[in-house]
Amino acid sequence: MIGLGFLYSLAGLIFLGWCLLTLGDRTHPKRWGNAGFWGLIALSFLAGDRLGDLGNGLLVLALAGIAGAGLIGPGNRVAHDDARVAASAARHGNRLFLPALIVPALALAGTFGFRRLEFGGVPLVDPRQATLVGLALGVIVALTVLMIWLRPPAAAAITSSRPLAEAIGWAIMLPQLLASLGAVFALAGVGDIVGGLAGAVIPAGSRLAAVLAFTLGMAGLTMLLGNAFAAFPILMAAIGLPMLVYRLGGDPVVVAALGMLSGFCGTLLTPMAANYNIVPVALLALDDRRAVIKAQVATALPLLAFNTLMIWAFAFR
Amino acid sequence: MWPLIGIVIIISGFLLRWNPLLVVVVAAVASGIAAGLSPIAVIAALGKAFNANRYVSAPWIILPVIGLLERAGLKQRAATVIAGVAAATTGRLLLAYLMLRQLTAAIGLVAIGGQAQTVRPLLAPMAEAAAVRADPEITADRRQKIRAMAAATDNIGLFFGEDIFLAVASILLIKGFLEANNISVQPFELSIWAIPTAVAALLIHGARLLRLDARPPPK
Repeated sequence: MIGLGFLYSLAGLIFLGWCLLTLGDRTHPKRWGNAGFWGLIALSFLAGDRLGDLGNGLLVLALAGIAGAGLIGPGNRVAHDDARVAASAARHGNRLFLPALIVPALALAGTFGFRRLEFGGVPLVDPRQATLVGLALGVIVALTVLMIWLRPPAAAAITSSRPLAEAIGWAIMLPQLLASLGAVFALAGVGDIVGGLAGAVIPAGSRLAAVLAFTLGMAGLTMLLGNAFAAFPILMAAIGLPMLVYRLGGDPVVVAALGMLSGFCGTLLTPMAANYNIVPVALLALDDRRAVIKAQVATALPLLAFNTLMIWAFAFR
Repeated sequence: MWPLIGIVIIISGFLLRWNPLLVVVVAAVASGIAAGLSPIAVIAALGKAFNANRYVSAPWIILPVIGLLERAGLKQRAATVIAGVAAATTGRLLLAYLMLRQLTAAIGLVAIGGQAQTVRPLLAPMAEAAAVRADPEITADRRQKIRAMAAATDNIGLFFGEDIFLAVASILLIKGFLEANNISVQPFELSIWAIPTAVAALLIHGARLLRLDARPPPK
C-alpha cells in the first residue's frame, strides 16, 4: 500500500538536494547553517521513524537552535539570465500555465480516484492519505513533463528551487512545529484549563457568544502575533475544541476551516504582518504607513462577520 | 493554571520578534514541564508529534516544479497576461487581477503574484495610469490611495484563494492539529469550506474596487 512513506521519501530527497547544493556553495554566507537546517529536515523525512521520539525531539531542538541563532538565510543573489528567461516566456506563452495545473489536478484526482484502485481487496493507496499521495504523484508527473518539454540542465529542478526555499527560510518549518505544539498543549491540558476559564466568562448555552469569542479571538490574536498560524493552535485549544466542538457539538471541520480564515481577516488589519501590510508601503512610496491596512479594513471586517455567521449557521447542523 | 505559561511565552515571544521556531519550542517545553512532565519526556513528546506531523511540511515538494516554471519564464508570462488585461478603468483592472490572483492561488501558484513581484512593477503603475486617464487632475492623495488599493487587492486575493488548494500549509496545519486531538479529517473537506469565504471576498472587495470608478471627478 502506497502511503506517506512515498511522499516523505520524495520530500527527503528534495531537502537533501538543497543541503548538498548548499554544502558545495563555498561562497554562501550562511553555508553551514543552511546546509544543517536542510540536512536535518531531510533526515527527518527519510529516517524520522527510526530516530525514536527523543531523537526526533533533539532534532527539533537543533532546528529551532539553528533558526534562533540566525544561522540560516538567503545566499548570494544568483545572476539571472534575464534575456534567456524573457525569450523563454515569449516562446512558450500561456502554455507555461498548463504544467502548473498538473499538481492540483492529480491531487484532486487522487482524493477521489485512488479509492477505486484495489488489488485483491487491498487498496493500492492508503485511503486516508489519498490527497497527499496524489500531490506527490502530481509533482513527479509535472517534473517529468517539464524536463522533457523544456530540456533544462539535469539538476535544474533543485538548483532553481533552492533560492525559493532560502527566501522562505525558517518559516518552512513553522506550520509543522505549530501542529506539534498543539499536541504538546493537548498533553499538558492547556485546552481544559482555558476551556474552564472561557466557560466561566462566556454565557452558558449562548452559541453566538461562543462563536464570536472564537472568531474575534482568532482575528484579535492574529493581529497581536502577526500570524494566523500561530494564533490557530492557541484559540483552537482554548475555545474552538472545548467550547464549540465538545460542549456545543459543532463540526470541527467547519469550526477549524473558518476559524483559520477569521485569522486571515486579522492579518489584513495588523502592522505586525509586515510583509503584507508594511513592506508595500515602502515599495509603493506611500506617505501613510497605515495606508494598505486602511485600504483593507472595509473588506476584512465584513469578511470576519461573514465567517462568524458561517460557523454559527453551518457548524451546528 | 501553570501550563498556560506556553501561551504567555508565544504571545510575548512573537511580540518581541524572537525567532518563531525558537518561541514555539520553548513554549512547548515550558507548558509540558509546568504540567508535571520531565524535560526529557516533553522533548520526546514534542519529537513524536513533530514526526507524526511531517505531512504538514509536505507541500514544499512543489517548489522544484515552481522553480523550473520560473526558470522558463512563468512570472514574466504572468506579467504579460496582467499587462494585457483590456480593462480601461482602475476598478475593472484591479477586479480582473483579484480574480486572477484568487484562481492561481487556489491551484497552488501562490508565488505568481506578490508585493515585490507584481504589485510594485506592474499592478500599481497600471492602476494609477488608468486613474490618471480617467481624471487628469487627480490629487496626489488619491493616487496614493489607488496604489494602496492595488497592494490590498494582492493580499486579499492571495489570502482568500490559497485555502482552496488541497495541500496548502494552513489546511495541513488544521489537519495536523485536529489529528493530534484524535479528530481525523481530509484536506478536501477543509478546502471546500474555504470556497464560500473566497466568493464573499470576491464580491465584497470586487464591489469596493468597482466603486473606485464610480467616483465622480471632483470639480
